[in-house]
Amino acid sequence: MKVELRGITKRFPGVVACDGVDLSVDSGEVHALLGENGAGKSTLMNILFGLYRPDEGEILLNGEPQRFRSPADAIAAGIGMVHQHFMLVPVFTVAENVMLGVEPTGRMGQLERAEAHQRVAELSERYGMEVDPEATIEDLPVGIQQRVEILKALYRDARCLILDEPTAVLTPPEIAELMGIVRQLAEGDRSVIFISHKLREVLAIADEISVLRDGKVVGHTTPGESDEQALATLMVGRDVKLVVDKAPATLGEPVLGVDNLVVSDDRGQRVVDGVSFEVRAGEIVALAGVQGNGQTELVEAITGLRAPRSGSVRFDGRDVTGWTPDDLFRAGLAHVPEDRQRDGLIGSFAVSSNLVLNQIEERPFSRRLRIDRRAVRKHAEELVDQFDVRTASVQSAASTLSGGNQQKVIIAREFFHADRLLVLSQPTRGLDVGSIQYIHRQVVAKRDEGIGVLLNSSELDEVLALADRVVVIYRGRIVGVLDREEASRERIGLLMAGAVEKAAEVEIPAGEEEVTVT
Amino acid sequence: MTVTDAAAPPGPSGDGAGAPTTGVTPGPLAWLGSLANSLVVPVLALVTALAVGGLVIIFSDPDTLDSWGGFFSHPGQTLSDSWDVVYDSYKGLYTSSLGTQAAIGRTLVEATPLALAGLSVALAFRAGLFNIGGAGQLVVGAMCAGWVGFTWDLPRVLHVVVAVLAGFVGGAVWGGIAGFLKARTGAHEVITTIMLNYISFLLLAYALRTNAFQRPGREDPISKPVAESARLPDMSFGDITVHAGLFLALGTAVVVWWLLDRSTVGFRMRAVGANPFASRYAGMAVGGTYLLAMLIAGGLSGLAGTSNILGRPSFSLTGGYYSFIGFDAIAVALLGRASPVGVLGAAFLFGVFRSGATGMQAATSTPVDIIVVIQALIILFVAAPALVRSIYRIRAGRGAGQTFTTSWGA
Repeated sequence: MKVELRGITKRFPGVVACDGVDLSVDSGEVHALLGENGAGKSTLMNILFGLYRPDEGEILLNGEPQRFRSPADAIAAGIGMVHQHFMLVPVFTVAENVMLGVEPTGRMGQLERAEAHQRVAELSERYGMEVDPEATIEDLPVGIQQRVEILKALYRDARCLILDEPTAVLTPPEIAELMGIVRQLAEGDRSVIFISHKLREVLAIADEISVLRDGKVVGHTTPGESDEQALATLMVGRDVKLVVDKAPATLGEPVLGVDNLVVSDDRGQRVVDGVSFEVRAGEIVALAGVQGNGQTELVEAITGLRAPRSGSVRFDGRDVTGWTPDDLFRAGLAHVPEDRQRDGLIGSFAVSSNLVLNQIEERPFSRRLRIDRRAVRKHAEELVDQFDVRTASVQSAASTLSGGNQQKVIIAREFFHADRLLVLSQPTRGLDVGSIQYIHRQVVAKRDEGIGVLLNSSELDEVLALADRVVVIYRGRIVGVLDREEASRERIGLLMAGAVEKAAEVEIPAGEEEVTVT
Repeated sequence: MTVTDAAAPPGPSGDGAGAPTTGVTPGPLAWLGSLANSLVVPVLALVTALAVGGLVIIFSDPDTLDSWGGFFSHPGQTLSDSWDVVYDSYKGLYTSSLGTQAAIGRTLVEATPLALAGLSVALAFRAGLFNIGGAGQLVVGAMCAGWVGFTWDLPRVLHVVVAVLAGFVGGAVWGGIAGFLKARTGAHEVITTIMLNYISFLLLAYALRTNAFQRPGREDPISKPVAESARLPDMSFGDITVHAGLFLALGTAVVVWWLLDRSTVGFRMRAVGANPFASRYAGMAVGGTYLLAMLIAGGLSGLAGTSNILGRPSFSLTGGYYSFIGFDAIAVALLGRASPVGVLGAAFLFGVFRSGATGMQAATSTPVDIIVVIQALIILFVAAPALVRSIYRIRAGRGAGQTFTTSWGA
């Protein structure tokens, strides 16, 4: 289905989200919509999906102008959207989720489960998605859950599929599989719109690329005519250096020592199986590995959120195994958690309150019981200024900030008091190029101040950009510890997959490997 | 699903930068705007409840019903009869609750324990807890205060103070049991507090048969009266007579407000209530916070019982001592949107209903149960603001959606 957006303009109080945007996607075309957070990509797609009405402009499907009053109209017209945050019922099966809302019913209104099962199985096979219709959602890994979302759209006969930041939650192998699926989806006369800010993926999968910035289309190109550098410059509007400048590390004493740590997950299974390593002052150690190999639990044990089964954790030489997060905090450990909205911020609290969340009982923010609101506010204003957090006011609720700015709030809070060790879990997940660049620079700055940094990231690019040493985890064990010079994408990738011998055989090319940040 | 253009939500990928923030709007009178906004639903809920209550009054009055039987022959008469019965009922309600100074005094006396127990539920709620145990905490508080009141002999002011403290501590311990269980084992406070309610009622029934409590010379379950020196003094303003418990309640409301809004303890409680995960990550002791919240909440309900036994005749404990207040308090907290000021207002309203009920019955023989219906309707409308909004077609204001429950087992 050919999809055209002409002159779409959408205004919200105080801001123009979309400003005369033109977009044209042919049948069978994969069109990437590139832009930073806040550029207007999601708003534009929400208009196409019927969630918003444009103030100006029109939508044409196969040449016919359309007027959507609600997503129901858009879905009926053949638009299907796969959102970044899934809308699945965890306790239902795949088939139940897919048919939710359009259930096939028999003569007396009874549910025709078999029919739904059949259709889901057919669609799943035809597009190479291999999803079991009877599996329960909460048991499925995120990559498969996403396929269920795609199936939902296909089940409703979507002729145009919109994928909103689909790779933000996927592991590298899942990303590769998704790319294959996207190709297949575009066959026939289906059109695919791929919203992303991941330059590498966009260049790999798209037929056409449109770049949005501040609500306007600032560039239109194809992978053949462009490269990551050019796209990044278009997206951000100025020259973007994609490589992080890093002086060699000056190492100090060990700040963190992990000895033979064994940690169990909530189900009692050993997910960290005898891990030992250390982090010294002034170095960045990255934990590399496909998500789900024990890194999360390892970090939890280090930061006091989970008691290890055996082994010990040393902080500045002291045994801190089993210490609470509060005690560790006071000893100088800062932690940026993986799930920023659940664990990092209190959405309904003001930005200023969030910035002192773990320090409210200290001077100068309070004396005895009384909170010094002026001090809290002043502190917040300083941090917001220093870290360039975009918010209407420090008293605004944290939930009103964009993902990138929310992360900046957490980073500001933790970086501010990071004294000895900074632990970062997936710090740039879901963020745009500008924010990622900024955060990486801050991390290196902290490291240069003599603070030890432990980075837990499943983004290989980030690991290669920041790490002084790479610790690769596979199935709860360390399968390799590499200095940056010995660490290449290929080698780490092999280690991440557990192929230890093969990794040892990989040759590292002479000369520094250039690494892009996104 | 309708397309809402008024409030701009962030896009699915957290694309909030394109939408305006729903935070503090600049301007000195902005708070008035948000005050008006948060008053709209409760006020409309009240109005609607009264309207529906009026309908119930009409159709439960035998004479008016008769009149409706012959509606088509005398429609004007029927409507006028209907209007009369509703008007007279509500007038009776008004007269006996606000119409005379004495009535106002009675209303305030009824409202006092409701305010204290309402604060208890509200505070617990802000910490993420459902305190259904107000009734039991109230009873235990009354028992402790009463016991100090009729067993010890102390100089006047000291006796009152000690008795009040005893009441607070008694209620606190009772609430603390549930808080401790929650902190240690994760036992859901709704279940534990309800069970503790029953235990407290039986405890009271038992106590009223012991020598320590039972009034000498009586066979029925009534306690000794609280000594003069422990009673809360009566205070009169013109013809309005209340007991000092009213000021205890008002003072407590101020303290609770300060605690929640301006203190580190309150910050912690609100943080845990809003997001226990992030609070844990920030190093807060979630379990300990639950315990503290239940201790304070229990104490507040204990004060409700204390205020009654030390302030209201007959100054004695009886079976099931004012336990209904504990449950009404939940409605008061809900209507007051869990804020101290709101609780005071809601408590006053419920006080009006309580003291006006008999007047309503006297005026038109409308059964007092209508009051319960009206209260229930208010709760219904306040708990489902969307209902009120869709009836009156109001747009959802900023921050108007307050979720009272997220999950059962959290």
